Amino acid sequence: MLGYYLDLALRSFKRNKVLTLLMVVTLALGIGASMTTLTVLRLLSGDPLPQKSGQLFYVQLDPYPKDRPFSRSGKLPWLTTYTDAMNLLHAHRAEHQAAMAMTRVKLIPTTTQQRPFFSNGVMATADFFSMFEAPFQYGSGWSAADDDNRAKVVVIADYLNDQLFGGANSVGRSLRINDQDFRIIGVLRHWAPQPRFYSLYLGGPNYGKGEAVFLPLQSARAAGMDPINSMSYAAGDKQVIENSPTIWLGLWVQLPDAAAVSAYQSFLASYAEQQVALGRFQRSRIGLSGLMPWLDSQQVVPDNVRMQTGLAFSFLLICMVNTVGLLLAKCLRRTNEIGVRRALGASRAAIFAQFMAEAGLIGLVGGGLGLMFALFGLWCIRQQPAEYASLAHLNGQMFLCTFAVALMASLVAGILPAWRACVVTPAPQLKSA
Amino acid sequence: MTLHPMIAALRKHKAGVVLIALQIALTLAIVCNAVFIIYARVQNVQRPTGLDESNLFMITQQWVGAPNGDDPASIQKLDAMMNEDISALRSMPDVESVTPINSLPLFPSSWNGAMSLKPGAELRAGNARTTYYFGDENLMKTLGLHLIAGRNFTAADVTNKGFRDPSEANLVIITKPLADKLFPNSDAVGKVVYLDGSSTPSTVIGEVERLQVPSVSSWASSFVWNSTIEPVRLNSNFSRYAVRTKPGRLDDVMRAVPSKLYAVNPMRVLDDDSVKSFKDIRAEAYRADIGMAVLMGVICLILLAVTAAGIVGLTSFWVGQRHRQIGVRRALGARKIDILHYFQLENLMIAGGGAVVGVALAVGLNRLLMSKFEMESMPAYYVLVGLAVVVTLGQIAVFVPARRASNVPPVVATRAA
Repeated sequence: MLGYYLDLALRSFKRNKVLTLLMVVTLALGIGASMTTLTVLRLLSGDPLPQKSGQLFYVQLDPYPKDRPFSRSGKLPWLTTYTDAMNLLHAHRAEHQAAMAMTRVKLIPTTTQQRPFFSNGVMATADFFSMFEAPFQYGSGWSAADDDNRAKVVVIADYLNDQLFGGANSVGRSLRINDQDFRIIGVLRHWAPQPRFYSLYLGGPNYGKGEAVFLPLQSARAAGMDPINSMSYAAGDKQVIENSPTIWLGLWVQLPDAAAVSAYQSFLASYAEQQVALGRFQRSRIGLSGLMPWLDSQQVVPDNVRMQTGLAFSFLLICMVNTVGLLLAKCLRRTNEIGVRRALGASRAAIFAQFMAEAGLIGLVGGGLGLMFALFGLWCIRQQPAEYASLAHLNGQMFLCTFAVALMASLVAGILPAWRACVVTPAPQLKSA
Repeated sequence: MTLHPMIAALRKHKAGVVLIALQIALTLAIVCNAVFIIYARVQNVQRPTGLDESNLFMITQQWVGAPNGDDPASIQKLDAMMNEDISALRSMPDVESVTPINSLPLFPSSWNGAMSLKPGAELRAGNARTTYYFGDENLMKTLGLHLIAGRNFTAADVTNKGFRDPSEANLVIITKPLADKLFPNSDAVGKVVYLDGSSTPSTVIGEVERLQVPSVSSWASSFVWNSTIEPVRLNSNFSRYAVRTKPGRLDDVMRAVPSKLYAVNPMRVLDDDSVKSFKDIRAEAYRADIGMAVLMGVICLILLAVTAAGIVGLTSFWVGQRHRQIGVRRALGARKIDILHYFQLENLMIAGGGAVVGVALAVGLNRLLMSKFEMESMPAYYVLVGLAVVVTLGQIAVFVPARRASNVPPVVATRAA
């Protein structure tokens, strides 16, 4: 039966080429625009560590004075002071815990052909790699002892290893960073969580390729590296950020289950109370947010992208309304044909199915063309200078999603015209024909 | 022509009428809001920074092996290196003026703080938020700023200090908006202010008309024009210089800069982004805004086209359907123009009805966007202009099918029943 309906649909398309083309192109434009923006939105709001994100939590405390709060709307400070970060790390109350900051580094290749260049580096405590499951190609990360002893060791990213050492095992070799020699102890495999959840508010980009070097926090500070972002909340000496009233560290903990989360929550609360008692804090507010809720609440996805997605889907809606109108016009023009078919014994359901098949066919063709538009749209996005540009690709899931959305859109658009077609009464049509 | 028969006819096409009206309403709502967003972006991009932006570029560079300490010897060594660079740049042919600087308007690096009228006020309790620019006596000339009161810095006013040194300059030049905020009722020149909670006073010696802060993000929108200039060369192991060239010589000078600086001291990092014209800095700062505006514009045009096509499609169908009735009307004495007017008036009613719903939707959508994004309330005339546009669009779209209807010959009435 479906074959017959599709044949009828093709015949009807041939009769009204312009109208059919108009419907297909309209639908395809809507599908293309919404799939392009949806792909980007999904990419930007994705889970950076799917296997682990449920166990990772971001810690926030409030060392700001009551009368000069961090934010008027009551938000907790984004970052943590050195003192608090170290107190919490040394308490070892979570399965893993790490404090980190981002720094700008100057890398000086050993070969004379290459000029020095700038890159972003992570300064972190020892648990960074195990907690975030960063995969190693060669070597490994540093230990807490390395960090405490200010050992001059570094872990480098795969692309830096390719660039400087041609991809060979460079463990044990030395790398000159900011005019000081560091010994390479590990080389990562390709690792760049999108969005880069741990660099939020630390000053690094939220998307794009990962940082080039990873250094122990104490070693990096001893070598004179400063965090990109730091915020003071009171007057005081700003030269040594370890002792000054400055927030500059991001603190993550790994908590395997709900019991651990509530235990850590009460530990944090008692820590904050204790700091209030000591007079360091004036407020005992704390924050412990899971990775995905934290990213959502901080609206990592740029406003522009969210706005574009909204716009594209409103556009699809208008395209659908337009398709409904045109399908309706087309099917009402064929009341004679419907009358004949009904008189020859076709049931209402059969007429309904016939018109839905026609709408579905428009959806599939529109989806195919829409896919072309989406591929073109994503190509345009890849030409943009945005930091996430290179990631804008259509994956298999979105490929199927395109056809699903197109088919759905066209079927929804087809319901009203098909309904109108199937309630046509055959007798008057036959008389007038 | 009475409306009664027209309304009676429309009743027979409820679905079609509702669909066209709905499409017009949605189009009006979206196009109005999109145009408003475009306008806001364009206005943002077009505001002048206060600089004379032509023939201006900036150099960012970092020394290799330079001292990194805060001790006086390191600072003096860094200052000497900076002065070497500056004099080398000044000696270049076609260079008009050079100043060391920490950032420029629209450049993604800024040094922000607060200024107050009382000593020792804590940072966030300052009277006015401000951004700081550090440069020497040539800063005004290099950036092309307009001094509207007081005087410029002289070479003797300029000092140097380490990057992490918290002491403040004792002379400053501030922008007029900042001066008006701090001293609403009097002249700022000669007055004393305290920077970033410092307990040592600084004197305002001049006022410039306009100088934008570096950041174009929304967090800086409350103090976009509050800038303070300090006569200080900031010394660290990296430096930035703003350079003004003779008219039309910008590209040549920019090309010659790296080799000139390498000749002074080869131990430095200068990469592709190190020498950047102000035009590029501006383009990069506003790229996302312009991209968004273009995208919105394209979508608006496509939307209007789709809506027009929809009207043409449905009206053509109606014309085809009423072929005989039109013939009968013509046979009974209606002129061609009457038939044309009939379809035009019909469209006016549908489009008008849709547009009224659209106005409500547009205002609702604007409220929704205001709650989700940083947006202002849309002025009423946007909606009114939008209403006029969609109604006109309807009239234009209906013209072709209506013309075809008016050309139906009266003889059609006599053909088969």
